[in-house]
Amino acid sequence: MTDRSQRLLDSSGPRGPKPRRRFSKNNILVYGVLFIAAVYYLLPLYVMVVTSLKGMPEIRVGNIFAPPLEITVQPWVKAWSGACTGINCDGLQRGFWNSVRILIPSVLLSIAVASVNGYVLSRWRFKGAEFFFSLLIVGAFIPYQTMLYPIVIILREIGLMGDLGGLVLVHTVFGMPILTLLFRNYFAGIPEDLHKAARIDGAGFWGIFFRIMLPMSLPIFVVAMILQVTGIWNDFLFGVVYTRPDTYPMTVQLNNIVNSVQGIKEYNVNMAATLLTGLVPLVLYFISGKLFVRGIAAGAVKG
Amino acid sequence: MNRLASAVCTTSLLTVSQLAIAVDLEVTHWWTSGGEAAAVAELAKAFNQTEHTWVDGAIAGGSAARPVIVSRILGGDPMGATQLNHGRQATELIEAGLMTDLTELAEREGWRDIVNPVSLLDSCTLDGRIYCVPINIHSGQWLWLSHAAFDAAELEVPQNWGEFVAAAPKLQDANILPLAMGQQGWQQNLAFGAIMLGIAGPDAWAEVNVEKNAEVAAGPDFKKVFQAAAAARELAKNSNVQDWNQATNMVITGSAGGQIMGDWAQGEFQVAGAVAGEDYTCLPGLGVNEILDTGGDAFYFPVIEDEATKKAQLELASLLISPEAQVSFNLKKGSLPVRSDIDLDAANACMKKGLKILDEGGVLPSSDQNFSPDTQIQIEDLMAEFWTSDMTAGDFQESYSDLIKNAD
Amino acid sequence: MILVTLVVFIGGTLWTIIHSFTSSRLLPKLNFAGLDQYERLWGTRRWLVSIDNLMLYGLLSLLLTLVIGFTLAAILDRKIRGENAFRTIYLYPYALSYIVTGLAWQWILNPDLGIQSVVRGMGWQSFSLNPLNNPDTVMYGILVAGIWQGSGLIMIIMLAGLRGIDADIWKAAKVDGIGTIKTYLRIIVPMMRPVFITALVAIASGIIKLYDLVVALTNGGPGISSEVPAKYVIEYMFRAQNLGQGFAASTMMLLSVMIIIVPWLYLEYGGRKNDR
Repeated sequence: MTDRSQRLLDSSGPRGPKPRRRFSKNNILVYGVLFIAAVYYLLPLYVMVVTSLKGMPEIRVGNIFAPPLEITVQPWVKAWSGACTGINCDGLQRGFWNSVRILIPSVLLSIAVASVNGYVLSRWRFKGAEFFFSLLIVGAFIPYQTMLYPIVIILREIGLMGDLGGLVLVHTVFGMPILTLLFRNYFAGIPEDLHKAARIDGAGFWGIFFRIMLPMSLPIFVVAMILQVTGIWNDFLFGVVYTRPDTYPMTVQLNNIVNSVQGIKEYNVNMAATLLTGLVPLVLYFISGKLFVRGIAAGAVKG
Repeated sequence: MNRLASAVCTTSLLTVSQLAIAVDLEVTHWWTSGGEAAAVAELAKAFNQTEHTWVDGAIAGGSAARPVIVSRILGGDPMGATQLNHGRQATELIEAGLMTDLTELAEREGWRDIVNPVSLLDSCTLDGRIYCVPINIHSGQWLWLSHAAFDAAELEVPQNWGEFVAAAPKLQDANILPLAMGQQGWQQNLAFGAIMLGIAGPDAWAEVNVEKNAEVAAGPDFKKVFQAAAAARELAKNSNVQDWNQATNMVITGSAGGQIMGDWAQGEFQVAGAVAGEDYTCLPGLGVNEILDTGGDAFYFPVIEDEATKKAQLELASLLISPEAQVSFNLKKGSLPVRSDIDLDAANACMKKGLKILDEGGVLPSSDQNFSPDTQIQIEDLMAEFWTSDMTAGDFQESYSDLIKNAD
Repeated sequence: MILVTLVVFIGGTLWTIIHSFTSSRLLPKLNFAGLDQYERLWGTRRWLVSIDNLMLYGLLSLLLTLVIGFTLAAILDRKIRGENAFRTIYLYPYALSYIVTGLAWQWILNPDLGIQSVVRGMGWQSFSLNPLNNPDTVMYGILVAGIWQGSGLIMIIMLAGLRGIDADIWKAAKVDGIGTIKTYLRIIVPMMRPVFITALVAIASGIIKLYDLVVALTNGGPGISSEVPAKYVIEYMFRAQNLGQGFAASTMMLLSVMIIIVPWLYLEYGGRKNDR
């Protein structure tokens, strides 16, 4: 057990068979597959970036894969600070800060709660723990939309309707299933002996959590953070229902900019706006790199 | 936010003498496109000239906006005012006592004498009380024709639906799609409604749509409506677009001969710099019956327990129906005003045709007024299925009259 | 917090189920109507089409995502130069919302702007790639975009799983003279059972919720040919203002989830209570 989990914690190197060094047929095949797959994954991003740098006349005549003849950053400027939502023409910038204000407390709270949940479920079993856990898993499959009205009623009863606190609470509850699963699996992989030794030393519930569990759990916290940032940042439904116009998150404004049916569609501004909205999770993915794989390896992989 | 707050402070200081309290009134709506936003801006500008402030709560797309509006009213966190289509969408909210009663204001200002057609006000009325302000009229029975397309096929531009259908084969020979049609249920339903009105005439139309007489819908006389729809489906074959404005764009560029679409389509022609009568022709009632339905939008005011807010709500209601707001809003929006006693010289040729029909009383209630949203969505689903499959006219008639039988 | 979660999930679910037996319209009311909503549901063409579409999409997406995810992970696990770059490329779509995914693919698959027009421009005039406007192929078009967005995460999960496999296994297989592909299929895949289960949960929970992508790509069209159950639920709740019908549909969705998950949960977690 100890051996296996130890390996999981520092397993970040490749395990598969070494391909032959030389420029073999096999090698060409392998890189060929990787390359073709990369084209498939990159094509939409390429189209978006290229389009966002073109002017509207060029978009109307040219094909979408052609690089821009004349590069213009005007669509980006407009998307950030000039695109209109109804009569407010200040682009996405207002929504950006609202999203940040929603994101930070939601991510912190949901991770805090889920990590304690996972800790309890993996170490301090209580009556009905299995049932509770099963319920959480089923929760992961519920389409959010069907919960809209019940939540409205709950929020109304506790007086948090229309309040950012209410939205944070909703994000926390809906992030619970998958995060608890991750934390529970991760903590279950931490050697039981450590836990037992700590108890003998007189450490209590929180003592073990803070001094033993947390220091060993960086990768899984990275994974949880990435999943939550992605989910909450991209959330549209809860954001639009449980906020007011002056606190609309970025996705709501993106929807307004992109889905305006009438008039001419400014595709370049739409693309720039979409890219801007996706920037925060994208950057996180690019910088987190290996840690993400390691965290998944430790948290998601074991049953 | 700070700027907003200080603006509110300044205005309230200025108006202390009038003993009014300035209120930030949040208004939700789904008018987010260029023309629509410009129209809303007119309303906001007028409202901001009072001591109150218009806080804009735009949400793109009616299907995204409606759950928000209902959830917030239901959750006890209502906005100050909200757009909804007039008709039956708000009935239950009114019954639950969540909407402000505007009857007193309406009687004081004599809305019943101003609003034309008065059926718009009836749609705002429940048990004799008035709960909303109609703001504009949109109609769906327009045939938009591309002069470029007919020139290319060396044809005269048709003057009614019959001529259009007759010209279609020649358009096809010239490699032009006769009828552009966005592949969405509501557009197909709109087209079907216009064809029904054109083929069956207003009386039979009203018998089916208003009285919900399934026997008429299933009857032998109505058969030709469904056959005409099946024929139109052939004309729209290979119309590979989804959004209505993409279909309109095919008419603008001459790659399609025509499109059945509501009067809002003229905004697209305007933006593209096309001139009515030169580049395109608009035929209300498909050129067959000079008659239009009167759908449109209305504003509702959720109940908020605050005297100052209540007052501001009533002020906004009064402003929305005032002649000045009606003119400035509807010119920008391209829709018809809800009162006939105002001057719309600036309107373009198509809008004037619509105004004339309205003046002569050639109006019918819209499907928002006739059917519950539940029935409408079922009809739209049937339309979506019919227009994209090879369902026969007979099966279509049967399914349709079934829906009418169960309609509410 | 545990209590809140319980209240929300159990309470919300029960509330939904109870109201599915009512004829609630815009506002939830307790005017019971027996099984009326269910009878109507199963007599509606659109619901039946939605179920068919979800089954087609679900099966193919499950299969393809697993295969693509595993294949890419297995290749990346072979001391590839630029592993980091490739991995990031495959994963980044997961960071983007469905609105973005839908918009981008709508363009690429658009016959007048995208691949079709480019290929035709190069001289192949009869080339045709227009899946989204054809009722028979539209679900495959959605599938292409769905796999694009979701397979990266599965690849990462698989890669993580492969990294957990003992290097000695490879040595042993080599000594025994078992070929590379055979080793993967016969030895590695069976060893990775828990990984596949995690991946399965991740994919399946996404499939049943399939909504945003369809809205962004086709909005259910052409006609009703790409409708899915979640969309039916939402449209009946909010556009048709027929809560009872929407709740009946979501209860059916919930029920099918339970039928699939509960036995699995029991096997996975219920039977092992005394392990530790």
